[in-house]
Amino acid sequence: MPKPILTIKNLTKTYGQNVIFQNLDLTVNEGDTIVIIGPSGTGKSTLLRCVNLLTRPNEGQIWLDDLEITAKGTDEDQVRQHIGMVFQNFLLFNHLTALGNVKLGLTRVKHLSDEEATEKALHELSRVGLADRADHYPGQLSGGQQQRVGIARALAMDPRVMLFDEPTSALDPELIGEVLEVMRKLALDGMTMLVVTHEMGFAREVADRIVFMEKGYIVEEGSPDEMFNHPKFDRTREFLWKITELYGKKEKEAE
Amino acid sequence: MLTWLGYFERFGKNFLRGAGVTLELTAVGLAIGFVLGLMLALARSYGPKWLQRAAAAYIAVFRGTPLLVQLFIIYYGLPELGIAFSQNVAAYLALGLNSAAYQAEYLRGSINAIGAAQMEAGRSIGLSKWQAIGYVILPQALRLALPSWSNEPISLLKTTAIVFLIAVQDLMAEGKRAATTTFDFVGIYLAVAVVYLVMVFALDALLKFLERKTKIPGMDIETRR
Amino acid sequence: MDFGQFLSYIASGTVYTVGVTLIALPAGLLIGTILALFYVYGGKAAARVMNLYSTIFRGIPPVVLLFILFFAVSKGINLSAFWAGSLSLGVVSSAYQMEIVRGALLSVSGDQLMAARAVGLSRMQAIRYVVLPQAVRLAIPPWSNEAAIVIKDSSLVYALGVPEILRRAQLIGASSQQYLLAYLSAAVIYFLLVSLTTRMLNHLEQKLSIPSNP
Ligand SMILES: Nc1ncnc2c1ncn2[C@@H]1O[C@H](COP(=O)(O)OP(=O)(O)OP(=O)(O)O)[C@@H](O)[C@H]1O
Ligand SMILES: [Mg+2]
Repeated sequence: MPKPILTIKNLTKTYGQNVIFQNLDLTVNEGDTIVIIGPSGTGKSTLLRCVNLLTRPNEGQIWLDDLEITAKGTDEDQVRQHIGMVFQNFLLFNHLTALGNVKLGLTRVKHLSDEEATEKALHELSRVGLADRADHYPGQLSGGQQQRVGIARALAMDPRVMLFDEPTSALDPELIGEVLEVMRKLALDGMTMLVVTHEMGFAREVADRIVFMEKGYIVEEGSPDEMFNHPKFDRTREFLWKITELYGKKEKEAE
Repeated sequence: MLTWLGYFERFGKNFLRGAGVTLELTAVGLAIGFVLGLMLALARSYGPKWLQRAAAAYIAVFRGTPLLVQLFIIYYGLPELGIAFSQNVAAYLALGLNSAAYQAEYLRGSINAIGAAQMEAGRSIGLSKWQAIGYVILPQALRLALPSWSNEPISLLKTTAIVFLIAVQDLMAEGKRAATTTFDFVGIYLAVAVVYLVMVFALDALLKFLERKTKIPGMDIETRR
Repeated sequence: MDFGQFLSYIASGTVYTVGVTLIALPAGLLIGTILALFYVYGGKAAARVMNLYSTIFRGIPPVVLLFILFFAVSKGINLSAFWAGSLSLGVVSSAYQMEIVRGALLSVSGDQLMAARAVGLSRMQAIRYVVLPQAVRLAIPPWSNEAAIVIKDSSLVYALGVPEILRRAQLIGASSQQYLLAYLSAAVIYFLLVSLTTRMLNHLEQKLSIPSNP
């Protein structure tokens, strides 16, 4: 029996009159990599932001393990410690070195000593292949390197689940590969991941399940094989065809 | 509160007269500052090396020293060289010379933003350097400078409030006189502040209106970048 | 009296000019920063109050506001002209410094705040460790400009009888009947103070600048 880490039930989010999604259900099991795909403006980012409590859903519940994090009186900061988030535009802290970026949460949230934090941060940086860039500032790193620091920063908190919001879509084609490689390794190591991406190669190879979202609804979800080879809905086939066509070229360049 | 409101009735005429002088100081200072500031900006951007340097020095000195000191040099110092002005003329001069340094910087910013390319375009159709400046660069630069330049009238209006220290009979001087008759310094200066605020807000509204009127679509520094 | 004595008499007012500046500028920074934090992070009502403070205080000529505050303070507590003048000047400057800090906070906030919260930092921690350190760097150039203005505005306390540079220039000008020389000397000293300060803050800006490869 697989153990659910993240359970989303009946989630509804609106901005004013604008309904972003309604009655959304999604379960993420331990060790799984779930890839969410869907057209722009569908609410993928909003969903991830809800999970990380960066914005509040209007209705519905989210459980992290057995804890309902959407319940009133939840300690948001406590919850976020256990959920790692990687952003499309990296969002490294510009005034801190790579090491400083990874250490901040360790010293200020986990209250590790400076030495412990440094040791742990260096370990995480070497996991993403950047131990030798520890004292570089974000402005001195390439986009791909910045994003790997972003991943190390999230990993350092030993999260139960990692959220990725289009982690490679702000990168030049030749830098996408190094970030995907890090993510692939993470998945193999058994990290639970919820990934919004249009990198179909990654989805096909790494995802346990692919979720296709459109206009605030989950149209279809299934294994890569089901989704790519015999999708139930035409919309899914259409979208996958379009996206593979569109991004396929970029992916080849990246390899 | 009632006594305080009473000040406006009791000294209203004086305040109005003073406010008139204040506006006059602002207008004259702004005009002198504009003409001189424009010359400084052109000198800095297009003059020969020595003139560029002189203009830069002028701007640095007038921005780097208090207006009050500049005012005292002109009003109390220059007569020793046989150059004497009345209080009001000394104030016009000090405000104008000072404002010129700031206005020059606004104009220089927009002249730089127009850039060398427009100059080349002008020269390429056979205009002389100064013709290109007059017909191509300046018409654009002046409009482009308007948003940042429109701080200057308000800034200058507030700056004029120090010239009562050489006994120019502006709003502040009227306030001081009223204060010494009532001995309610705080109350009187508060009333004076209200009159200044009204002038500042009115001027601000006027400038915003003018800015909207003279706006050319697609032409401002923001959309340019 | 030779020129050396003449000049050193005026220059001795520098202590007061620098003193006034060193009180007014940090006082204004402290008040301005607190108000800016309320403005940006304090919700709608606080923002409205701060906006009003800013609009009114920046709409009144500094000398008028200085006089109001000076006489109000002097009426309430027994302070020397030096202290009352310096603190009043600090309040005058606070509205301008609030706008500087607010601008810097706003241009750092948003995404950086969100990223910090995503790591698990509390709102206060995120502001303290992520937003402020970056905002400070952004604020230095406009703040340097404000510092120059406060040095220059410190000459206004001349009117309150504080024996700073301008006052001393006036006194010695009167006794020697050499006003031009006296005020020119004062101008030179102010100019040096302003240039020195600007240069120092430039240096600080460079020192604090975050390394990056273009
Ligand atoms: N803070 C907000 N206030 C109001 N509307 C918002 C806000 N954030 C997002 N939206 C709206 O919500 C909708 C979904 O946005 P979201 O960013 O979640 O889409 P997305 O699926 O991530 O798209 P993309 O692929 O472009 O990133 C959009 O129409 C967007 O305009
Ligand atoms: Mg998105």
